[in-house]
Amino acid sequence: MKYLDEYRNREIAAALTEQIGRAVTRPWVLMEVCGGQTHSIVRYGIDRMLPPAIELVHGPGCPVCVTSLEMIDRAHAIAQRPGVIFTSFGDMLRVPGSCGDLLTLKGRGADVRVVYSPLDAVRIARENPARKVVFFGIGFETTAPANAMALFQARKLGVKNFSMLVSHVLVPPSIAAILQAPGNRVQAFLGPGHVCAVMGYREYESLSAHYRVPIVITGFEPVDLLEGILMAVRQLEAGRAQVENQYVRAVTREGNCAARNLIFEVFEVGDRKWRGVGAIPKSGYRIAYEYRDHDAERLFEVDEIDTHEPPECISGLILRGLKKPCDCPAFGKRCTPQNPLGATMVSAEGACAAYYQYGRYLDTGNPGDRSAGAGAR
Amino acid sequence: MSSEETPLGQCPMPLNQVSEILMGHGSGGKLSAQLIENLILPAFRNPELELLDDQAIVSLNGSRLAFTTDSYVITPIFFPGGDIGELAVNGTVNDLAMGGARPLYLSLAFILEEGLPLSDLQRVVESARRAAQCAGVRIVTGDTKVVGKGSGDKVFINTSGIGIVPAGIDLSSARIAPGDAIVLSGTIGDHGIAIMSRREGLEFEGDLRSDTAPLHELAAAALQAAPDIHAMRDPTRGGLAATLVEFAARRHLGIEVDETAIPVRDTVRGACEILGLDPLLVANEGKMVVFVPHQGSERVLDALRRHPLGRDAARIGTVTQEHPGFVILKTPVGGQRVLDLPFAEALPRIC
Repeated sequence: MKYLDEYRNREIAAALTEQIGRAVTRPWVLMEVCGGQTHSIVRYGIDRMLPPAIELVHGPGCPVCVTSLEMIDRAHAIAQRPGVIFTSFGDMLRVPGSCGDLLTLKGRGADVRVVYSPLDAVRIARENPARKVVFFGIGFETTAPANAMALFQARKLGVKNFSMLVSHVLVPPSIAAILQAPGNRVQAFLGPGHVCAVMGYREYESLSAHYRVPIVITGFEPVDLLEGILMAVRQLEAGRAQVENQYVRAVTREGNCAARNLIFEVFEVGDRKWRGVGAIPKSGYRIAYEYRDHDAERLFEVDEIDTHEPPECISGLILRGLKKPCDCPAFGKRCTPQNPLGATMVSAEGACAAYYQYGRYLDTGNPGDRSAGAGAR
Repeated sequence: MSSEETPLGQCPMPLNQVSEILMGHGSGGKLSAQLIENLILPAFRNPELELLDDQAIVSLNGSRLAFTTDSYVITPIFFPGGDIGELAVNGTVNDLAMGGARPLYLSLAFILEEGLPLSDLQRVVESARRAAQCAGVRIVTGDTKVVGKGSGDKVFINTSGIGIVPAGIDLSSARIAPGDAIVLSGTIGDHGIAIMSRREGLEFEGDLRSDTAPLHELAAAALQAAPDIHAMRDPTRGGLAATLVEFAARRHLGIEVDETAIPVRDTVRGACEILGLDPLLVANEGKMVVFVPHQGSERVLDALRRHPLGRDAARIGTVTQEHPGFVILKTPVGGQRVLDLPFAEALPRIC
């Protein structure tokens, strides 16, 4: 299949792996920022194809994972209100809050629906004028334009029964937080390809210069990732610290201006709490004042909900690249995708969930939950 | 919890803190498996049921009969490539055929929702009739019930089937052995993606159609080419992954599969990429996996490929002694990973 097969090509991958092997002379720690990149790395076994000197640690870029527990609980509180149709992308449905997940609420009669675009939620609102339709707007800068468009359309068309619970997070402040953290190990970043397709990479140039760290904007296919790693290693070995763009087929320095303008029409930058990490200043979008009539947090008065995470969970350390999933004593035992203790296990793109899904619990000697292997029919 | 610890008459739930039935219990993933292992099996345990094959093989006056049942609750009832009537007949025919049986007689029971247009029912019945004729089975008994509006979803169908297993044929997941070749009869994911795209109103370019088909001829052809086939299975709900993971876990053997050898249509791959789904986990309704001793694999492949339903047949992997209980997938770029089942339904991802 065009645009896919050539990026999953065994010969090209082998050639890149060999070049990486020739380029590297000492140990380096690289962080891939995006959950999608983590997923690909573990799915294709890319980290195990690399020379042992290169360690990949997994970044905070899974939007489902880092959505704070409060926000999940607020979503659940809204979904249970009478007359509400709660809409969401599919992968938020199974994310556990303090008490159950959206699928469980659905089982108990809440009207929870999966949509593929926030605009579908606006359509549902227009078709159900007597109901309050809420969309759970989460994600990084990647999903912000579509969410902004839904709010823009709802306001323009006067769809008063549509609102959005917004928990948007931003990548650059999280990279800065990782680099500032005591004990930081990350020496170079594979930057977020799809975030930069929207935002461009000017912001990353100041990060790279300020912290003297190489950032290679990288795609999501195996060949992209290997090429991004090669570019980062070459910078590290040469003592350079620049922003380079591996993902040229999708990313330009300026990004998508129309999308960005729409984001800033509808959202404003605000502080945001990240699950597993804590509050990071100016690290999220919230709904701008002009759009307050579509702000679910305000309309449903759920901003008082406050929660605490299980103390055993080390996802904060994992999200900052200080630990790996297999370092956690609970991994694959008390903490599984069925019963996640924290951020990095809750979504398929979280580092712990990716390790679990692709069998990395074998490395720990933890058996994982194999009870289900039989009788699947 | 073992069945001994369960007080009589008490339900051995909860399953991992799940206290009520969720959609995931019907997904063919881990929740489904837990429900069967923890709640159903302890109640009815017997040697035939315990094998957990798609059909029970029972001996009766010297003949071996295959007996199976299945319910169909698909939405929408009409979909690209078929409908619920055809699916209900083919599904049961296939469960018999996968036991090596020649399908003979089927029951057909309808649960109808008040308000269903008679013309819709007529269309479903006509298509079930055609499917039965095509598979050479007779619908010899049946039932109709009606439930109030909202208590059902248009039409639910249950079919049971009986077939006869010829002498010398002995198929069961219990027989797979190290060295067995794993042969797949064609492309995967067609049914699930066709249904999902219709159900969710997604419009993909290209021809997405369910692969629903009766597999009795294909199964017979494979058995004729290699009567020593160990096991066959049609990987329906839960996809190819469910079959492989289940076989590896139950027999405590390893399975190695080459991901690039698994045929997937470009349209299905594209749709899966967009939705963030793995075609290995997507349902099929007209495909079969054959576990055959290595020396018979070429004969089985030839036989399958000669039949229109097996044109794209491929050898996808091998049963091994290494890494018992696990399915290892060789990825296209030369890495490898463990193939596992999702907990419940595979949900489309955000990005």
